[in-house]
Amino acid sequence: MADDKFKSTETYVATDDLTLAVNAAVTLQRPILIKGEPGTGKTQLALEVASSLRKPLFEWHIKSTTKAQQGLYEYDAVARLRDSQLGDDRVHDISNYIVRGKIWEAFQCDEQPVLLIDEIDKADIEFPNDLLQELDRMEFFVYETKQLVKAAHRPIIIITSNNEKELPDAFLRRCFFHYIKFPDQDTMRSIVDVHFPELKKSLLSEALNAFYKVRDVPGLKKKPSTSELLDWIKLLLAEDIPLEALRTEGTRKIIPPLYGALLKNEQDVHLFEQLVFLDRRSDNSPNS
Amino acid sequence: MLIPFFYQLREGGMKTSITELLTLLEAMQSGLANDSVDDFYYLSRACLVKDESKLDRFDRIFAAYFKGVDDSLSDLLQDIPEEWLRRQAELHLSDEEKAQIEAMGGFEELMQALQERLDEQDERHEGGSRWIGTAGTSPFGAYGFNPEGVRIGQAGSRNRSAVKVWDRREYRNLDDSLELGTRNIKVALRRLRKFAREGAADQLDLADTIDKTARNAGLLDIRMVPERHNAVKVLLCLDIGGSMDDHVRVCEELFSAASSEFKHLEYFYFHNFVYENFWKDNRRRHAEKIPTLDITHKYASDYKLIFVGDATMSPYEIVYAGGSVEHWNDEPGSVWAQRLLNTYPKAIWLNPEPRQRWDYTPSTKIIRDIMDDRMYPLTVAGLDDGMKALQ
Repeated sequence: MADDKFKSTETYVATDDLTLAVNAAVTLQRPILIKGEPGTGKTQLALEVASSLRKPLFEWHIKSTTKAQQGLYEYDAVARLRDSQLGDDRVHDISNYIVRGKIWEAFQCDEQPVLLIDEIDKADIEFPNDLLQELDRMEFFVYETKQLVKAAHRPIIIITSNNEKELPDAFLRRCFFHYIKFPDQDTMRSIVDVHFPELKKSLLSEALNAFYKVRDVPGLKKKPSTSELLDWIKLLLAEDIPLEALRTEGTRKIIPPLYGALLKNEQDVHLFEQLVFLDRRSDNSPNS
Repeated sequence: MLIPFFYQLREGGMKTSITELLTLLEAMQSGLANDSVDDFYYLSRACLVKDESKLDRFDRIFAAYFKGVDDSLSDLLQDIPEEWLRRQAELHLSDEEKAQIEAMGGFEELMQALQERLDEQDERHEGGSRWIGTAGTSPFGAYGFNPEGVRIGQAGSRNRSAVKVWDRREYRNLDDSLELGTRNIKVALRRLRKFAREGAADQLDLADTIDKTARNAGLLDIRMVPERHNAVKVLLCLDIGGSMDDHVRVCEELFSAASSEFKHLEYFYFHNFVYENFWKDNRRRHAEKIPTLDITHKYASDYKLIFVGDATMSPYEIVYAGGSVEHWNDEPGSVWAQRLLNTYPKAIWLNPEPRQRWDYTPSTKIIRDIMDDRMYPLTVAGLDDGMKALQ
């Protein structure tokens, strides 16, 4: 059993509490709900769990128009109607027109799969309620064919949410929960190490300093997160920005180069520029 | 042994259910948390807490309940604070003052008292001489005057030992204790939903298809209809500035979170009361004005109009020309309000002030008269009533 525990991989840094929550969900075969700021690696987690446990992955990405039923199956009435007009023999068997959804596919897998239900909060407010029985008992009923579909192996279900909608209590009770908090400087260092092994230590620490300073600016609508930091470092490397340009400690504070990768909101950029301007003015004023 | 802990959580206001407790016990039985108390903390958190705003509360209850269960926990009361104190003492205290601390019972005594007060205290505190907070003379807190004061929330990061994870209270910022849950609000707003078929025909209309096919002598005649969409359109006018600022942020967040419930949602801001202009960007409120007449001309009368404001002002601002505090208005605000109401018959006023206080402000009474008593408090029940009135 020792090797089917999830832990940090070469490409993903998982904190102790996250590892334990995932392993609890795997052991008890219950769904796990992952929340956190956008860009902290929620979706990535499912890919990493699947690859590190060597299990097949089924991804179900939720949109605002997704219905719970679509994850189970859909009955293609139009195709059947058309076939009946053309005199196709297939028309006598209704099961020919049942289109399987992601949950059905995962239930039918030969080994235990990982099922990712991505951004469940995007869907209608009743969506989670419609999946209670399916996630709890891991079975559902196909009315058209009077058939009960039961999971051969209870899948490891990973559900992510961006907190756009609150989820119903009855749904939450059935899940494990983990909130990915924003990594501290040390964790962030190891995350960056994993993604850019050859990065110079000096550049990294300067970049991290600048990054956390931007995050600390009060009133930002969207604080830059891990994925933005990684993009920014990628850009810095590509543009070969000199180390000095990143230093914000000097008397004249400057906006970090390529800030567009960090700040994604016009108002934030505006606010940031204002603060920098005020800072600079107070630095330049004669000592009083 | 966990049953008292479970009840402690429920007394502490967490909505932990029996199912979740059983899950935790099951997880412990399968040996997930045998190694350390840390693992147990992580596991119980994953099982029992389902909302990040409750994490801080969980941490506090966990710390209070399991104090002394693990020996290493008691280190908390001795190690770190002594370290802080020593550092502070070296920096700031004269020998005389150090002797004073000894007189108070020494470091350990002080720290014990600190922990006890932390347990007792349940809100942010400023000033005063007993509670822990800022700018007071209690020995505990920040920016205080007591020479042996202990700074809280500064040396915390130096405490790296994992045992005290729950005492670090990392989730403090997420504890919102918002009265109106977004979910409640959304359920209330759903009352407004009105479905209508608009847009491209992309769904099979089974009944019509059967009907048409039968009329067509059995030859298939497929009929499609557009999907049902929510057709509710809302104009949201928010009072901004002064006492309203806190409320406005809450309203904005709730309404934008609920914007999926509406087909169109437009925001406009005003100050205290409605006059000839609104604006959309509060920073450029004087430069980019939107004439009220433009709004009534642009948005058809099937829009529903929702004002959000505390309705607290001088009555002159409503009933007199030139009464506005910001500019000269040629016509009184009540005239403009009436024009808006004539264009949008479905309108309500949401007031974040508690209903008991409404009778004491004359301006609130005037506005209620203008609104035909369609003023509702900004609570779940009030929203519910308001949405009924808008239907």
